[in-house]
Amino acid sequence: MTNWLHHIPILIVAVPLISAPICVLFTFGANRKAAWLWTLLVSWFAFLCSIYLLNYVLENGQISYHLGSWKPPLGIEYRIDVINAFVLLLVSGISAIAVPFGRLVVDREIEPDRQILFYTTYLLCLTGLLGVTITGDAFNIFVFLEISSLSSYVLIAMGVRSDRRALTAAYNYLILGTIGATFFVIGLGFLYMVTGTLNIMDLSDRVTHLADNKAVHAGYAFIIIGLALKMALFPMHVWLPNSYTYAPSLISIFLAATATKVSIYVLLRFLFTVFGVSFDFIPLTLIFIFLPLAIIAIFFGSIGAIFQTNIKRLFAYSSVAQIGYIAIGIALSNTIGLTAAILHIFNHALIKGALFMAAGCLVYRVGKLTTDSIRGLGKEMPWTFSALVLAGLSLIGIPTTVGFISKWYLILGIMENGWWPLIPLIVMGSLLAVVYMWKIIEAAYFFQAPQDRVPVKEVPLELLIPLWILIGCNFYFGIQADITIGISNEAATSLLDHSP
Amino acid sequence: MNTEIIIALALITPLIGAIGIFLSANTPNLRETITLLSAAVLFTFVCFLLHQTSNGQNASFRLFEVIPNLMIAFDIEPLGMLFAAIASGLWIINSLYSIGYMRGNQEENQTRFYICFAIAISSSMGIAFAGNMFTLFIFYEILTLSTYPLVTHKGTPEAKAGGRRYLGLLIGTSIGFQLIAIIWTWFLTGTLDFTPGGILSGKIEPTILPFLLALYMFGIGKAALMPFHSWLPAAMVAPTPVSALLHAVAVVKAGAFTVLKVVVYIFGIEFLSSTGASTWLIWAASFTLLASSLIALSKDNLKARLAYSTVSQLSYIVLAAALATKLSILGAGLHIVTHALGKITLFMCAGAIYVATHKTEISDMDGLGRVMPFTFIAFAIGAFSIIGLPPFAGIWSKWYMALGAANLELFMVIAVYMISSLLNVGYLMPVVARAFFKPLPQQLQASGSKSLSEAPLLCVIPLCITALGCFVLFFFANEVIDLLRPIVN
Repeated sequence: MTNWLHHIPILIVAVPLISAPICVLFTFGANRKAAWLWTLLVSWFAFLCSIYLLNYVLENGQISYHLGSWKPPLGIEYRIDVINAFVLLLVSGISAIAVPFGRLVVDREIEPDRQILFYTTYLLCLTGLLGVTITGDAFNIFVFLEISSLSSYVLIAMGVRSDRRALTAAYNYLILGTIGATFFVIGLGFLYMVTGTLNIMDLSDRVTHLADNKAVHAGYAFIIIGLALKMALFPMHVWLPNSYTYAPSLISIFLAATATKVSIYVLLRFLFTVFGVSFDFIPLTLIFIFLPLAIIAIFFGSIGAIFQTNIKRLFAYSSVAQIGYIAIGIALSNTIGLTAAILHIFNHALIKGALFMAAGCLVYRVGKLTTDSIRGLGKEMPWTFSALVLAGLSLIGIPTTVGFISKWYLILGIMENGWWPLIPLIVMGSLLAVVYMWKIIEAAYFFQAPQDRVPVKEVPLELLIPLWILIGCNFYFGIQADITIGISNEAATSLLDHSP
Repeated sequence: MNTEIIIALALITPLIGAIGIFLSANTPNLRETITLLSAAVLFTFVCFLLHQTSNGQNASFRLFEVIPNLMIAFDIEPLGMLFAAIASGLWIINSLYSIGYMRGNQEENQTRFYICFAIAISSSMGIAFAGNMFTLFIFYEILTLSTYPLVTHKGTPEAKAGGRRYLGLLIGTSIGFQLIAIIWTWFLTGTLDFTPGGILSGKIEPTILPFLLALYMFGIGKAALMPFHSWLPAAMVAPTPVSALLHAVAVVKAGAFTVLKVVVYIFGIEFLSSTGASTWLIWAASFTLLASSLIALSKDNLKARLAYSTVSQLSYIVLAAALATKLSILGAGLHIVTHALGKITLFMCAGAIYVATHKTEISDMDGLGRVMPFTFIAFAIGAFSIIGLPPFAGIWSKWYMALGAANLELFMVIAVYMISSLLNVGYLMPVVARAFFKPLPQQLQASGSKSLSEAPLLCVIPLCITALGCFVLFFFANEVIDLLRPIVN
């Protein structure tokens, strides 16, 4: 590494962090476009950094970066291995594609004088999510988690055209998110109390001998519950549907694709890197708590989605179900199952990103987003709706899409463990996805538009191009899946090997 | 020319055709020319490949790796070539017919119709050439999705309901059972390649083998094994050319073909017959065979009757596969061809009757044979072939399948084949008898039979060609059997 490249692990977080206050400065010229451009450049910078990091990690193994050259465990360490490099790529990649999409929809949805502050908060949210992912220090995780959460409360509260329902949604999320974060930090407190360290690798070493320590047990329980709340595992998902429904489109896209995924990443870190399956309580939690909750999540989310009339809320419920699939992959705790979970973190981000982007296009043109208001729009907005159909096929798991690859590995992982009764449940979940996606497709293609509606035009290219790039990714990584499978597999292996 | 390139071209030709159709949407004549042209070009390619295969040449064509060690791969082998040849050959005839029918009925959205048709043919080629179960599954799903807009073509509530059932059952069974079976096979063996002699032998406990077989057989919903057959009658809301080529040939034969592929190349005939895992399937297929024939008897709507007849004929093939003897497999392969020719004739006749008279119910067809002699003679020939009367092709496939059963001394199965043939007579012959031997109803006679005549030439010629095909194939059935023989040796 040359001198400059050596510092990329900190730059990927520091640059968005510093650029947020700089973004505020644009208020002096009231230059909304410059604020957007600034956010775009920062997102792309982070994206390039994450590509570099992932490549580096894949070739040379993990990176340990010491902040201010203070040696860990005293100093803060940024530790990058395959799994968090992959999540970094996901977060920054989604941002890099969502922000170009965002300019027009933000213009339409957010009042002009708030737009610059909107972009500022967005940059903070990005910082937080990247920070959570990259850091190797448990307390640092908490700090960044709070940065991302606080900024997302603000972003959600802004709502589509100051929709007042967004306020209650954000308030609910604020209360529950704070409880989650508090649980997390209490848990950390317990661990710190008995181990005296906050560095994850160090924690992992020291906790090995404390398997019977009650404080460790309590700390573990607090952390897991806190994270389960943040990742919206049933029944701690209640904040999610309203937040995704009423948030501005750009925020729905970004959060749906990344926020819960980052929490899942942290959960994986604690389950497998800090503790590991050799601790009795890990398999116990996974099999007796995660697995049942995940199954309920799949059915609750999918059936819930069937009964929604608001399209964004339908997608949000579907997210609850999809998190269930990821949780099942984690609960399998074998290499293939974890591969499936990590794959689906990535693949589901592509699917949901595309779906919420299509919803954003609809908000842009139609405003109201009920299954009634999109009747007959399939012909008027052919590109948006064909993208919606393709993303829906990917969600269902039709071959050649990413959703298929996830499902393939998940079922393979289940077979590996011999948990046969799970297979019909997974299948039923997929079929429920057919039902709720078909609701939208039928409304768009088979129902006549109401007589009094003014004709709707297709959205501009500026919105269609990012949407179709994501659709392209859905198929590219569904056909050339060995790239993502290779990375996920390596990440899963390293997670399981790391277990002391 | 290089065989691999021809395989690729055969897959791409219909897609290029689809693009051409899309671009020429505003000039119907050009659009239809493109359809016919790509059908002709495709058929040429397939004939070339068929020639290569009959010379015992093999070729395979690998696209890329999707999942480590799992490729999108294409191979040519006799069974697949036979399916490809029948689907692409009939596409030409059916395209002519489509033009007559769609214009005769002044249907809307014709461009979408021809595009989806071309994509469906392309995916049929993908199924025919698939070198492993994974590739086959991909094209199987594309075929389902691309035919959905064809089923719902009319956009009426009835079409919507039919389409919903079509998609629900086909996607449901394929994801619910077939995909699980495929992943299970992959889990057990680490390969999905179609291998002569099968890949499962020795890799699976014989006691659970019937379950895996059940997942495959019910998962291949396109083979319409009861209780997952009702998508086929539901699909009859589609325009008749769709019913003719897709729901008598391409889609359902894709199902029957997949059944044979799975039995021959995944399970292996010897492994299957030595474990007896398919005994239950003999019963299930026999039940479907007889039950759907009986339902067909009760249907007055001609297309519905033909649809249930197709369900029954598909079970002939599944039953033959379940017997897992060399002769029955050969017969099943031949039946794909003979039934395709016979059934497409019958469907085209049903469509021609609809275009000419707008009649769909059999009880309204009294005396029409005198007004539309060509159509009804062709119908009679198609019916004879399906029943299995000489000198029409249908007898040979039944012959071989029954021989297979006789080899196993399963007289019950022979009885099923025979009873079913009688039922075929029972539900197909009344149509012909009514048309020729009953007088025209009074009011039609009053209005003068001049208002009634044959359907447009483009409707009538294709159905005469396929009827002739039923006759010609009677003399060349042996060639088909010779072509197929390598798959069981």
